Amino acid sequence: MNATAEALTTRRQSPLAFGDDVKRFAALTVMLAVTDFKLRFFGSALGYLWSLMRPLMLFGVLYVVFTQVIRLGEGVQYYAVYLLMSIVLFTYFSETTARGLGCLLERENLLRKMRFPRLAIPLSVSLAAMFNLCLNLVVVFAFALAAGVQPRLSWLQLPLLVLALAALGTGLAMTLSVLYVRFRDIQPIWDVLLQILFYASPILYVVGKLPDSVAREALANPLAAIMTQARHAVLDPAAPSAAEAIGAGWRLVIPLGVALLAVAFGLWLFRRETPRIAENL
Amino acid sequence: MPSAAPASAAVSIERVSKRFRMSHHQFKTIKQRALHPFAARDAEDLVALDDVSLEVARGEFVGIVGRNGSGKSTLLKCLAGIYAADGGSIRIEGRLSPFIELGVGFHQELTARDNVLINAVMLGLSRREAKRRFDEILAFAGLEEFVDMKLKNYSSGMAVRLGFAVAVQVDADVLLVDEVLAVGDASFQRKCFERFEQLKEEGRTIIFVTHDMNAVERFSDRAMLLERGRVQEIGAPDRIARRYQEINFGQLGTGVPGADVAVADCWCEDGNGQRVDELHQGRPCVACVDLDVHAPVRAPRFAIAFRNEVRHTVFVARSTTSQSQDMGSLSAGERVRVRVAFDLWLGPSVYTLSPTVLDGDEPIAVHPDAAMLSVTADRHSGGVVDLPATVEVDRL
Repeated sequence: MNATAEALTTRRQSPLAFGDDVKRFAALTVMLAVTDFKLRFFGSALGYLWSLMRPLMLFGVLYVVFTQVIRLGEGVQYYAVYLLMSIVLFTYFSETTARGLGCLLERENLLRKMRFPRLAIPLSVSLAAMFNLCLNLVVVFAFALAAGVQPRLSWLQLPLLVLALAALGTGLAMTLSVLYVRFRDIQPIWDVLLQILFYASPILYVVGKLPDSVAREALANPLAAIMTQARHAVLDPAAPSAAEAIGAGWRLVIPLGVALLAVAFGLWLFRRETPRIAENL
Repeated sequence: MPSAAPASAAVSIERVSKRFRMSHHQFKTIKQRALHPFAARDAEDLVALDDVSLEVARGEFVGIVGRNGSGKSTLLKCLAGIYAADGGSIRIEGRLSPFIELGVGFHQELTARDNVLINAVMLGLSRREAKRRFDEILAFAGLEEFVDMKLKNYSSGMAVRLGFAVAVQVDADVLLVDEVLAVGDASFQRKCFERFEQLKEEGRTIIFVTHDMNAVERFSDRAMLLERGRVQEIGAPDRIARRYQEINFGQLGTGVPGADVAVADCWCEDGNGQRVDELHQGRPCVACVDLDVHAPVRAPRFAIAFRNEVRHTVFVARSTTSQSQDMGSLSAGERVRVRVAFDLWLGPSVYTLSPTVLDGDEPIAVHPDAAMLSVTADRHSGGVVDLPATVEVDRL
């Protein structure tokens, strides 16, 4: 046995991020997500309705404030539906990242005692939030139809936009989850950043309300680009698309790049930290 | 995956080491880190495993024993892929099923049915396989009637049975078992061991960590003794069990320094005056203590306490009883030998001898666990002592 052959066949039995079996990884992620979803609505009579209640209440309050008091929505077609849709999208983002942040600590028991691909945990959190988003989007569409929005082929863009959102959210969830294992004050920091992002993203307002130069910079934020494009594709074709709002099509590389970078960095960091997660918890 | 080890090796551990970084200050926040930029130098490495090597053949049943903190659970977690080893390599051929703790990830709010399926997938079965084996799992646990009961209504024993039943259903080639058999009632424990025997006959490899020397001697083909992260010995189970008892009970022969009287040596002899550390029940036995006297003792008295494996004092031989002679006082510089002769009617167990020297009624030297004696017997009566007795039955 020569040295090279030895090195090739020697496998150190380390914890893995993905595992060596894709099917198992997928089955595990889905199962964790379904269980999570089930458990969350267990025991309350109205179950899912409660999870819908939060975005709806927020929507109700904001709607009253920004149409009756501050009139931010004036001149925006389907402002109410836009407000609801962007709140629902942001809810997914904040749920994925905030719950993703604490997910490894929450599952400490599993991580310290069982062998399974570690990445399944943050992914399952993101997936459970995705179930929620899909149900919430049904409500959004019901609202939209009731408000008189016409169904259009461009609605099919929405899954792609949701995918981009999921990439951003999941990438951040992976990053935050391993950082939180090392530094506990990531949590308050992220809470504050989420608040800032809520106001920095066009949720209460539309991008068109911003001066052009500011709008261009605002759209570097993938959330802004996604919400703006969703408005154009789903609610009002007359509203500027993300490409128009940012000034030129090629500039969309920036928000897209940010989302992809989030995924790439999240994956890289998570894989790097995987072997030590169990002992650092 | 091609194997570099001989085809028969199911698990090969080569020079594995594992350190845990124990920092004196735990930096859990960025502020603390910023305030103490150089404090990382305070960190100290705790060596949990140091150069551990072991080759386990396919179908072998290997016990790993050691005291608390000796590194055996860390080794198991490295094998299981929960911790990453710092150095060396671990190679495992085939599917692995760790029994680090049973029923990890059970949700109290879900039914047994849901929990079994979830647990089986966590352990590596596909959903379809899990469903197919569902009935078998429930039957093994003996919990068919409680399938749709929420786990929070289960007793802890039932939950453990369920966990075990799922874990053995995973078609693993290598099983890693960590002390899980310490739970559950006696009949379930027997069932577990029967199952392990059966798995072993099927050619599965089992590595188990335990404190139970009876289990080691009964079930394992080989055993490994770990102490402070290092391999002390790998060998036949009965031999390793004895070594373990020695390490566990005796810092044999370490005296109490500075005392007026120090225990220089302590041992047991058989009827022929031979030093022994194992003796059969019923034989004559002499417990001996050599004492160095450093300061005068006015009214010396001696006692030797025998404690069994579960640390119960079973028998105390005292020099103050009527049979012992009065020996006056002791002067400095003297060496004394105390001999206690008796017939060995103690129950089979491993005993430690703890000599005590008193001046009047005041203890002046106590030496816990100075020596060890293991008592063997043909059968285990269940009593702590087996006094010679005659039983008569009269028909009235």
